[in-house]
This record gives sequence, structure tokens and C-alpha cells, in this order.
Amino acid sequence: MNLDFTREELDFRQEVEEFTRRELPPNWDNQIVFWPGGYGTIPIFETEFQEVAKEFSLKLSGKGWARLAWPEKYGGEASVMKAAIVGNVLSYNRAPAGGVASSIVAPSLILVASEELKKEFLPKIADGRAGFWLAYSEPNAGSDLAALKTTAVEDGDDYIINGQKIWSSGAHVTEYAWALVRTDPDAPAHKSATLIIIPNNASGVTIKPIVNICDIHSFNEVFFDDVRVPKKYVVGEVNQGFYNVMLALQFERLTIGSGSFRRVLDELIQYARENVRNGRPLSENNQVRRALVDMAIEIEIFENFYWQSVCMLEKGKVPEIEASALKLVFTELSVKLANTAVDILGPYGLLDKDSTRAPFGGRVGIGYLDSISGPIGAGTSEIQKSILATRGLGLPRQ
Amino acid sequence: MDFELNEDQRILQKSARDFLKKECPKDLVRNLADTDPGHSTELWQKIAALGWMGLLVPENYDGIGWSFVEQAVLLEEMGYALCPAPFISTTILGAQTLLMSGNEDQKRGILPNIVAGDLILTMALTESDGGCEPSALNLMAVREGDKWVLNGIKLFVPDALTADYILCVARTGDNSSPEKGLTIFLVKTKTKGVNIAPLKTISKDKQYEINFNNVCLKPENIIGPVAGAWPAINAIINMAGLARAAETVGVMRAVLEMTVAYAKERVQFGRPIGSFQAIQHYLADMWVDILGARSLVMKAAWKLATGRPSDKATGMAKIMVGKAGRKTTTTGHRIFGAISFTMEHDLHLYHRRSLANDPTLGNSDFHYEQIAAGLEL
Repeated sequence: MNLDFTREELDFRQEVEEFTRRELPPNWDNQIVFWPGGYGTIPIFETEFQEVAKEFSLKLSGKGWARLAWPEKYGGEASVMKAAIVGNVLSYNRAPAGGVASSIVAPSLILVASEELKKEFLPKIADGRAGFWLAYSEPNAGSDLAALKTTAVEDGDDYIINGQKIWSSGAHVTEYAWALVRTDPDAPAHKSATLIIIPNNASGVTIKPIVNICDIHSFNEVFFDDVRVPKKYVVGEVNQGFYNVMLALQFERLTIGSGSFRRVLDELIQYARENVRNGRPLSENNQVRRALVDMAIEIEIFENFYWQSVCMLEKGKVPEIEASALKLVFTELSVKLANTAVDILGPYGLLDKDSTRAPFGGRVGIGYLDSISGPIGAGTSEIQKSILATRGLGLPRQ
Repeated sequence: MDFELNEDQRILQKSARDFLKKECPKDLVRNLADTDPGHSTELWQKIAALGWMGLLVPENYDGIGWSFVEQAVLLEEMGYALCPAPFISTTILGAQTLLMSGNEDQKRGILPNIVAGDLILTMALTESDGGCEPSALNLMAVREGDKWVLNGIKLFVPDALTADYILCVARTGDNSSPEKGLTIFLVKTKTKGVNIAPLKTISKDKQYEINFNNVCLKPENIIGPVAGAWPAINAIINMAGLARAAETVGVMRAVLEMTVAYAKERVQFGRPIGSFQAIQHYLADMWVDILGARSLVMKAAWKLATGRPSDKATGMAKIMVGKAGRKTTTTGHRIFGAISFTMEHDLHLYHRRSLANDPTLGNSDFHYEQIAAGLEL
């Protein structure tokens, strides 16, 4: 047991911190919300931040930091730890970085895709030219992903795709769908779907905005009408889609803005010290002290889970159960942190982004709303608990 | 960075688990719970023979000289087995205080005997206000000629009846601040004027009230600096609190195991209750709590082991595990149902242990304030 970062890792962190502070546009933090553990306020999913995000991504790619976890053969350093440090620092600073392409698509491509597909996409992902959105959920396939209805039918060298995806975060600001589609309607659910890449600009793709509860356009509904996609865009084996999606999940769990929780805690502590209520600093109010200590404890647990999963991946192990626990813990923590923040701020916690009186530029109020999304998105808390119970504890399925 | 135990630690874990399974069965735990002093001398000697009492004691005092990481591993197993022994009292409250503050004669005189299983120690800290903040510690020791005379009452002293020595925290002057003026005295339990009475608890742990009535002690009974003991006391509270938390993680693990097994077996509405989501989600919550609890305990243990500042980490472990321990056993009761609301069923033994470990040796107030200060609140 050794819970320290190495000297080299600490130096690297310092380098990333300096880079981030230098390269983020001034006043960046006041423009964005980026609530920890929420899915609705991530700046890279918003149209108005695309220019900044692309520019920042390019600089990140220039450093080679977008592909640190990839094998050396594909231009990476095979270091999940260094990738996690970058993610941790960037998210503490709420930088517009990360995203599905480099964190989920690329590692999955490396594991299961054809060499041809790797050659086509990995370089584009590395320098930010190919952005992806996850096309899993459908109107009638949320937690029950196996009920998905979007079909892909063979036609010569192509597949013809028909159906609808929904809650498609970032579909409007990226170039490709990482789509799960049904290729064998007669097979049992888990052997019936295939992972395939669908270009957004293909004929028959219609992307319609959905405005989320924070009044932000982060996700969409996407319609596929006779969309023709070459067979070479199939990722991994046909009808192995569910397996491949599961494989990708272990990576997804680490792209969670691990540093963003501590940032909010640090800010709330500072707020409590600097603001007076009922004649004394909030930091001397016992309720406030307790609430913040409780958050510090939960953030400590979350960080332990996070770095533990990083260490497992670094050793080549698959954190399956750990990934479920991590997802459950960080999204529930998102809600608790939002509630704690609103409690501490009192009526100021309700002020919106545009109010000049809003502490933290309205981050707390919007963040409170955004925190609703955490336990719903990317596998609900209830789904995670069922996974823990059945796969982890061996309880019988229903 | 590496969260995993090393080979030696895993061997210790396995051997402790195997030993306790054989030597500390539930009927022993049950039988001892209703006795005074509540532990078995035979089991204590066997534990000593395994070297557990000397795990944290350096080799030059006959110990093994391992670290708090190994101690935490061992304590989780002792908690899992509900091992009834004055182990934390002796190895932390006693031996660690001596190691931290004792002079060479005191260490040589006592530590090898602790390691051998021949001496049991405890600490008398808390008084009538129930806490262990410096301002709560007011039992007086007055110097009369070449003697110190102790008068006052200590409460919630663990394992006092079986202890050979009590480390009594007393106020010896310098009232400039509550932290100052505290001194630790090594008191033989059999000294004239030391009166011990049991405090009957629902947690069925062994706690006592001690009345110090004109107890006369010599200067060589003082451990550490006169009127300067608070830093050591504070460190001991944190260590012992962490030890209790480590034990509770084991209790939680045992409760989860027995409850999962029951949920797979127990059939209602024609199917195992473990197939119902309501039950599954309870159990998932218990499991996540255990993983979180263990992560805090091991991090704090590692910080102690490597000499890093650790008060914040130990406090976090003590607070979280205290709450989670009770929550886990309570959820266990929900799943077992009425049978677990009986003396016949084992679950109450676990619940009582998790309860016993929570408000003692640094209640949550103490640790909340310590962490808040650490967060610069």
C-alpha cells in the first residue's frame, strides 16, 4: 500500500496545472457552470463554447495529453494514471476538455476495432478533429437498453440504419455517432446489437435540440432515416455490441471530472469564511461546519474510489464492480453537494447565472438543477445498485 | 500509487481470519458478553503467542515493529469475529502512550510484558461531560511533598476491571488554557483508593466508572511531561478512534455476508427475497458503505504508518464508519426481519459492537471540530 503520487507524477501535475492556468481564456470560469457529476452543464456540449473548446483541445493534443492512456503503438504513453491526473487537474479548473472521443471511443477502438478503423479515426481523435456522441439511449430503451429498436440492415457493403436516439449529449457539436444498433432482430437481446460509427453528416441524419432543465442545449434527439453507413464502420464484431459497450463503460467511469468536486468544496469553504450571517461568519455556524465536513468526508471517499479504479486500470485489471460503485457514489455526491451548497447560500443559492448578485456566477443554483441528471444519466443509480447486487454480491436476478 | 495490501499483510489477514474462526466462535462471544471482565484469559494468551500485542511495538521491546496498516488489517478481522479482548485498550491506549511519552525505564518495564500477554492496560480519560476535549478533563492531581494525590471520577473507561494499569489523565496545574496542565499518570489498578464500578451499557462492551479517592502516586508514575500531555493524548484519541473504526469495518463486513446469505435463502412470495430490488438495493448500499469505510480507514492507517499528518484522516474514518456501522447493522435487521429482533439471533451482537465503537474515544463532535479546523473553517 502506497497512496502517494510519485515525484514524477507530482511534477507532471504541476506542469498540467501551469498549462491549464495559462491556456484557459481569462474570465472563462464566469461563463460556465460545469457542476460536478451533472450531465447538463458540461461546456464541451454547448455550442457557444465550441471555439474555446476546440482551441484548448488542440493545445492539449499538442502536448500529447489527449492520448496518454493509449498504447504507445498508437502514440500514447499507456499511462492511465497520467491521463487521470490530466483529467483531475482540468476538471478542477473546469476546463473545456475531455469528451467521449478520446476517453471512450479511442480506448474501445484500440481494444476491439479493425486496424483500418483505428488508422482512420485515432489520429483525428488525437488532435480533436473527430468528436463523438454516444448513441445508446432511445425513447423506449433507457435503463432497459436491450429494448433498443434502431435497426441496421445489410445492403451490399453497407448497413441501412433506421430509428431514433435520444438524450444525445453533444450530438450537435460533434462529427460522429458511436451507435448501438440492432443487427439481428431474432437473436436474444444481448447478442442482437452491433456497435457502429455513423457520421453526423450522412444523408438521413436529423439532429433536433432538446433544452435541458438548466435552460441549456446540451442534448438532442436524433433521427436516422435510411442512413447508409459502410460496413467497415462496424466496431468489433457484429452482434457483439452489448459486450463492446460494457467494455467502453470502464473507461467512461473515469471521465467524470474528478477534480470538480473538490473545487466546489474549496469555494464553499472560502464563501463560509468570507460571508456573515446573523452577525458572525458562516464558518462559525455549527450547521455549516458540519455540512462542509460531511462533504469533505464524502469527497475523500469518492477520490479514494477514483484513484483505486485508476490503479486497477494501470495494472491492467478491469474495474467492473468498482466502476459501478464509482458512478453511483459520484452522482449521488453531486446531489448532496448541490443541496449542501443551496443550504449554505440560503436565498442566494436560487440566483440564476445572469444575476449580478449571484455568488459563483450562479453556479450553485444551476448546479442544483443539473445535479438531478447525475443519478439518471449513463446508467441510473438504481441500475448501478442492481449491478452491484447481482454481479457483485451474487444475488439472484428477478 | 497502490491501494492493495502486500503479501505479508495478506498473510496476516488470512492467518488472523483462520485463527479467529477457530478460536473465537460466536458462542464464546455470547458467553463472555454477560460476564465481567468480559474476555477470556485463554484467548488473550493465544493472541499474545501470535504476536498481536506486539504488532506495533518496536523489536527492541520484544515487539514486531509493524505499522498501523497491519494493525488495521488485524483489527478488521477482530471486528469481523467480534473478538472480545481488551486489545485496543492495551495496544493503543496503553502501549502507544508509553511508546510516545514514556521514559526508557517505563518502556522497558512494561512493553515486553504487554507483548507477552502478561499485562493489560487502559486509559482513564473521559469525565462527566462525556467528551474528550481538553476542557472536559478536570480530575485533579495535587502535589504534596514528593507525592501526587489524585481525586476525582473518570467515566467510560474501557476494560478497567481486567486492566493491570490505568493511564489516568489528570490536571496538574497551569490553567492558562484547557490544553495545558494535563499530565498522564500510570496507576496500578490495585492501588489504594482506586474504586472501579461497571457501567452497564446496551452495547455490552466493558466500560467502567473509576473513583480516584486520595490515590497517592510517586513522580516516577508520571508518563511524559508534567502539564504537557495533551499532544500525546490527542494523538492517542485519534489512533484509538481509528482502531475502533477499523474494527467496525470488520463488523460491517460480517453483517453484509450474513445478510446476503440470508437474502439468497429466505423465500417469500415464492422467491428468494434477495431477488427483490428493494432488498438488493439495501445490500448494494451496505456494500458501497463498507468499501468507502475501509478506504477511509486504510488511508488514515497509511498516513499514521508513514508519519504523515493524520488527524483529519482519522477523524473522517471515525465519523463516517461510526455512522455507517450503525446504518449497516440497522439495514441488516430490516432484511432479516423479526428474527433479528431477538436475543437468540446473532445480529444484535454485531449491532452492539458497531454501536460501542461509535461515540467513544473521540465522539463525532470532537472529530468534526478537528476536521473543520483542518479545513480552515
